[in-house]
Amino acid sequence: MKYGYYPGCSLEKNASAYHDSAMAVAGPLGLEFNEVKDWNCCGATEYISIDLIPAYALVGRNLALAAQQNSNGDSNQLAAPCSACFLNLKKADQYMGDSPDLANTVNTALAAGGLNYQAGDVVVRHLLDIFVNDVGLDAIKEKVTKPLYNLRIAPYYGCLIVRPGSMGSFDDPEYPTSMDHMMSALGAEVVDFPLKAHCCGGHMTQISEDVALDLIQRLLKNAADYEADAIVTLCPMCQLNLDAYQDNVNKKYGTNYNIPILYFTQMIGLALGLKPEDLGFGKEFIDATPALSKIGAEVPPKAKKKRQSKEELPMPVMPQES
Amino acid sequence: MTDEKIGVYICHCGTNISDTVDVENVATWAGEDLEEKGVVVSRDYKFMCSSLGQELIEADIKEQGLTRVVVAACSPHLHEATFRTACDRAGLNPYLCEMVSVREQVSWVHTDKEIATAKSKALILGGVERVALHEPLEPLKVPINPTTMIVGAGISGIQSALEIADSGFPVVLVERDSSIGGHMAQFDKTFPTLDCSACILTPKMVQAGNHPNITLLSWSEVERVDGYVGNFTVTIRKKARYVNEDVCTGCGICIEKCPAKVIDTEFEAGLGYRKAIYRNFPQAVPKYPVIDVDNCIYFQREKCKACQIFCPTQPNSIEFDQEDEVIQVEVGNIVLATGFDLFDARRIPQYGYGRLANVFTSLEFERMCNASGPTTGKVFMRDGVTTPKSVGILHCVGSRDKHYNNYCSVICCMQSLKFAHVVKERTGAEVYNFYIDMRTAFKDYDEFYQRVLEEGVHFIRGRVAEVTDAARLPGEEGKLIIQAEDTFIGKQRRIPVDMVILSAAIEPRHDSNEVAHQFGISCSTNGFFTEKHPKLDPVATMTEGIYIAGCAQGPKDIPASITQGAAASARVLGKIQAGELALEPVRASVNQDICSGCRICNNQCPFNAILFHEDRMVSEINPALCQGCGTCVAACPSNAISGTQFSNEQLEAQLTGLLALNIDGSSVRVLEPVAAD
Repeated sequence: MKYGYYPGCSLEKNASAYHDSAMAVAGPLGLEFNEVKDWNCCGATEYISIDLIPAYALVGRNLALAAQQNSNGDSNQLAAPCSACFLNLKKADQYMGDSPDLANTVNTALAAGGLNYQAGDVVVRHLLDIFVNDVGLDAIKEKVTKPLYNLRIAPYYGCLIVRPGSMGSFDDPEYPTSMDHMMSALGAEVVDFPLKAHCCGGHMTQISEDVALDLIQRLLKNAADYEADAIVTLCPMCQLNLDAYQDNVNKKYGTNYNIPILYFTQMIGLALGLKPEDLGFGKEFIDATPALSKIGAEVPPKAKKKRQSKEELPMPVMPQES
Repeated sequence: MTDEKIGVYICHCGTNISDTVDVENVATWAGEDLEEKGVVVSRDYKFMCSSLGQELIEADIKEQGLTRVVVAACSPHLHEATFRTACDRAGLNPYLCEMVSVREQVSWVHTDKEIATAKSKALILGGVERVALHEPLEPLKVPINPTTMIVGAGISGIQSALEIADSGFPVVLVERDSSIGGHMAQFDKTFPTLDCSACILTPKMVQAGNHPNITLLSWSEVERVDGYVGNFTVTIRKKARYVNEDVCTGCGICIEKCPAKVIDTEFEAGLGYRKAIYRNFPQAVPKYPVIDVDNCIYFQREKCKACQIFCPTQPNSIEFDQEDEVIQVEVGNIVLATGFDLFDARRIPQYGYGRLANVFTSLEFERMCNASGPTTGKVFMRDGVTTPKSVGILHCVGSRDKHYNNYCSVICCMQSLKFAHVVKERTGAEVYNFYIDMRTAFKDYDEFYQRVLEEGVHFIRGRVAEVTDAARLPGEEGKLIIQAEDTFIGKQRRIPVDMVILSAAIEPRHDSNEVAHQFGISCSTNGFFTEKHPKLDPVATMTEGIYIAGCAQGPKDIPASITQGAAASARVLGKIQAGELALEPVRASVNQDICSGCRICNNQCPFNAILFHEDRMVSEINPALCQGCGTCVAACPSNAISGTQFSNEQLEAQLTGLLALNIDGSSVRVLEPVAAD
């Protein structure tokens, strides 16, 4: 399976672990990512809030480059690992299709560089979507050699990848579960993490740290309440905020959280038996080693759903149970 | 030049038509310019449908010897019958009258008077050309079988059955479940009077079960419907109960002795247990239990037979070798009262149903309140022992939400108020109702709302964002937190509660589309059965002899379901009393000399009216089933099918008339004539 690949700025620096692990697991799972040559920043969340036309021109250039690169018939699928990049690329593609005026303006700008983009030329996909729906959980499960038994994982999606739902998202926009199922497939114990789609604060850490720390603290507290060994995410921003600001949260709130924040691609790599150093482990602020040492070789005994008492009323049957 | 004498009549419809169409001009034009088409009289009149208007036409037929009539007014759906009857009174065959819609198709959809006037002329010319080729027709008469089948024995179906049976006519009442009663049998109290649901329902169930004119087929499903109004042949599958109804006394010992206990996801809405041999509730009608094969130890592992061993009847009532029985019944009319399904609250994961133990659906809560339910009527949390100190009730779960159902489910506001009252009364807990709008229309409903307000229930206007167990603020630990925007104060609120009740939407039955197809009726886009007319005929369907009642037609409460059930019966009784039915003679027929037997038309017919003679390799149309839609006429590649009132010649003549006119000297053209080869 071939894909265009738009890494985005984060994956070159702070989220290099995400990039390294994604590339490391691609081969064993039969994925080929061809990086878009000469790509530029997607504008993140800031540019789009200031001036739409240059913001979309900035994103449009990446789409045009990807389309050009794919025009040799390879694949019109463009993979984006970062949630913000993914949303910006997808939005630009959608809005250029919805509004011919916007498309004309953007294309006038792109023409200066000899480029052109028509909505729909490229299908923008998030990395998680590709792993879950193209590779498939069964195929991943088959390749698992070192299951993540005994590791309690809180899957954290952040607010961008499945929203807005109106743009045709690959998972439920309010309560996504695709990464939950993937972590189960890897053998991990998955926490039903209530705040899985809540905001990490984004760039609020730079503007109003108090607000950001409150949002980060909520997530850490909830994961700790659920006794998660690690929070697994799919977004460089979420990873950075929860990882790098965990100390600040502890200082401000007098807490003692020590939860490693990892990428789902790193977890896939571990389960496939790849070496941690090839998966970017060691670059996180909160050391993942103690958590990873919990992974056991034995299949944990299945927690039987026992009726606590004669009086207890049955729980609703969920589709995956029946 | 034709020999016909045609009268053209243009209606003002008050000002509905005349505001947009120059009716006087049209009348003058028709009288002068269409003289060579045979028009001998042309008039406009304020209300053509009034007695005076009709008399105008009748007088012209008698005095001027009209042989054809064209009425340009509203849609034929409304007044075709009126004008046809007027012609009939004056001695003209009613099918020699043609209606042209210049209201729905012209004045209501145009604003430019010049264009509207020109379009009216084109439509009238089409009508004049067409009516000249009409032939006098006689209506078809079919006898009506006095037996009625009612599908679905919820409150609406039961009411319908009793009305007809009490009038002395036979009814076949078919119910898919093992007992009649429907959803109402699951409820505890009914709003706004708070009388016990079972107390008012069970007498009707007993009446229906014992009525000499009602044949009750429970645990049965309709498999196939053939025939047409007055003469349906229905194939019904009586599913094996594995209990002999002729000997079983309903003593219930088998149920008591059965060792297989399973969660009852149907009658108890998943909140309680039943045995593998069971009946829904103590007052079930009929009283005979049924074996759930999937959970029966004998059927799964070939041992046990406890029910048979302990059965006290002679001979034994338990028959493990019983098989489904397929029977056929002949009926004249059918009432579909197939009810609703409850919205699956798991589809809104952020409300936590299925994940968070103390989130309940409305139906679960109904069972919990019910004295014969799993908690014998006590309001408990999921552990079955703890009384909640605070309860949140969410309205509009799956209703009025573009992600799920756009419509309002009608009952949820009142149901949620009822729940609020019951919780207050039985637990004294704080109750918070989260609503979008409070909809308490109908008799005594708003008074009930006032009463619940006075009881101290809290009302928060705002759709709930999520129900979570992620505690953040003091006092939230161990609680369910309801996060919602309070739109009255413009603030986000987090309300910690012990228990949440989701007032889930009323949805069409999951198989409503297949059922509609089976009976030859249609479903609206949201899946409820489509009535013939949303205001004027809400119980009939476009298929003659098929009526609908209750929630199958759309969300409604108990009084409305009963009203519609009774109304459907009134319509059926009218048909039965008439003894025979005159059908529109607008029918298609196959010229069997030309038919090539290609069978293309067979699958096109939406009314299953075309049968194929294998021996002679030709198709034939059953005139009693044919509704005159014309699909087969258009589909036939050999031109072997023609329709009375819509033959190729008639339609070509109408098109010729429609396309003959343009507005001279202006750029606006009503219709471009099709270039002839």
